[in-house]
Amino acid sequence: MTPRLQVEDLSVQFATDDGPVLAVDRMSFTVEPREVVALVGESGCGKSVTSMSVLRLLPRPASVTGSIKLEGRELTSMSEAEIREIRGRDISMIFQEPMSSLNPSFTVGFQIGEVLRRHEGMTRRQANARAVELLELVRMPAPKARLREYPHQLSGGMRQRVMIAMAVACSPKVLIADEPTTALDVTIQAQILDILRDLRQEVGTSILLITHDLGVVADIADRVQIMYAGHQIESGLVDNLFAHPQHPYTVGLLGAVPRPDRLSHNGSRRLQEIPGLVPVLRDRPDSCVFAPRCTRATPECGESMPPLEATRPGQYAACFHAGESLAESAKEDLQA
Amino acid sequence: MTTAMATELTPRAAQRRRLRRRFTRRPTAVLGLVGVACFVLVAIFGPVLSPADPDATSYDQIFVSPFSAGHLLGTDDLGRDVLSRLIVGTRASMEAGVLATLIAAVIGVALGLFAGYYRGWLDTVVMRTTDVLLSFPFAILAVGLASILGPSLSNAILALAISLIPTFIRITRAEVLGLREQDYVQAAVVSGASGGVIMFGHILRNCLTPLVVQASVAIPGAIIGAAMLSFLGLGEQPPTASWGTMLSESQNYLSQAAWFAVLPGLAIALATLSFNMFGDGLREVLDPRGDQ
Repeated sequence: MTPRLQVEDLSVQFATDDGPVLAVDRMSFTVEPREVVALVGESGCGKSVTSMSVLRLLPRPASVTGSIKLEGRELTSMSEAEIREIRGRDISMIFQEPMSSLNPSFTVGFQIGEVLRRHEGMTRRQANARAVELLELVRMPAPKARLREYPHQLSGGMRQRVMIAMAVACSPKVLIADEPTTALDVTIQAQILDILRDLRQEVGTSILLITHDLGVVADIADRVQIMYAGHQIESGLVDNLFAHPQHPYTVGLLGAVPRPDRLSHNGSRRLQEIPGLVPVLRDRPDSCVFAPRCTRATPECGESMPPLEATRPGQYAACFHAGESLAESAKEDLQA
Repeated sequence: MTTAMATELTPRAAQRRRLRRRFTRRPTAVLGLVGVACFVLVAIFGPVLSPADPDATSYDQIFVSPFSAGHLLGTDDLGRDVLSRLIVGTRASMEAGVLATLIAAVIGVALGLFAGYYRGWLDTVVMRTTDVLLSFPFAILAVGLASILGPSLSNAILALAISLIPTFIRITRAEVLGLREQDYVQAAVVSGASGGVIMFGHILRNCLTPLVVQASVAIPGAIIGAAMLSFLGLGEQPPTASWGTMLSESQNYLSQAAWFAVLPGLAIALATLSFNMFGDGLREVLDPRGDQ
């Protein structure tokens, strides 16, 4: 069976005034129907660029190579008119900032209806009726009254619901959620995640979740791709990967999550940080991108970028020294 | 600008009521509105309102002074009733002011939208042309264009419109450059909207405020411009009555009948003042910082 979304060997390079910048290097992943796949990484690791290249939203100085297929249809070679048909109907997107993602001059009903009128050819009346259903789907209180309201009359959480309602208006095959909960407070975050979880059941949407919040990933994602400096460095099922991280960066990321019930590896209550910054790549690296910050780095790591290889069943890591060793050695330290 | 949006957002009825209250609180704005309304009504119903035939000459009644029987504002060098000529001439002035501004706004806004949204070579061409046009003073540009096009009211309007276009382009483009980076524009792209829908459906609606204000400034400018062109013989042609031609006819008789020059000048001044006061009021109403 063809996967719903298949990204193969995706590389994105930007031409900047300071020379080329390699934002994404040979990314490959698939998203199956009703699956939630998370792209996780620090700011600037290429996760948003990856999602933008799926919808062909990158500005012109970007050169995108590789293949992106929606149910077998190649998106990278489509004409502008064809990709416009796909946008909002087959693949849609919700953004991080609900406060600015709705047009302040139009009512909620008009904005949801616009997508329906464009892609489904609905009349204004039909679109309004459907908009009420959609607002119910995202659990908006008093959906009918909301249609005539303007975005500034809604709270952040309600705006994000409107954004989701707009995004799923045409029952998209893939929903790209770029930090959908980052700008919301915690209780609203949980509600929004619940709504997203329901959507894949009721609408059958696959979700590509872009986030740096490992808590959100653990909550909702099925599979996860950890990204670092434009490279996939570890991927696998969420449960496996969180329980048994193999790549030192993943180990470090998990160590940086506050957990009140647990001491960190070295026995202190301090959160573990990963020293250093994400490098900006100009070209294909000739050494492991993480090596400068890595505690396990050996001379071998300076010779080539390790490929993504199976470490445990269904789990892959791009590291010459993959394994839970760091965590294990920390445990030993603790016992000693 | 974010706060500007915040005011635009309120539900329509409540917003309208608030804007009306903010407007009516300003006496100059109300006075301006009344003035504008008067001039517009006179322009529309001029031929009906005029007490005498504006073009009827009468050689035994030359330079009758104002407030005489039958001629409230006197007569001119050919014995034509000045009040009637002023009333009938209003239409030409209003037409020039409103039409020139309308044409300039439509073309300027469209060019500004395309230049600001698509950038690239189109933006460069449009903006450099605008720079060239703006390097000429408004009056000189209008006079130059009008003399190239030939003397007539419609050519004068066209010349004024072209002279007004650059400002509209500049204002629109500046707004578009800010708005195109807004998340909701990106969201519209993501939902499959085409460039036209985004420009005219999403962006234009959010840059109307400065454009309305610019239009209210452009109209009195165009009224003066039209009078100036007529005065120079490049606009409405005699014997048709217009404020500019009346001024121009009066200059030979300044020593005998100064009021003949004062009256059309007063009409131009009053019309300009009304539009300016109305425009200032509008600006203050639409400017959210004035909302205290």
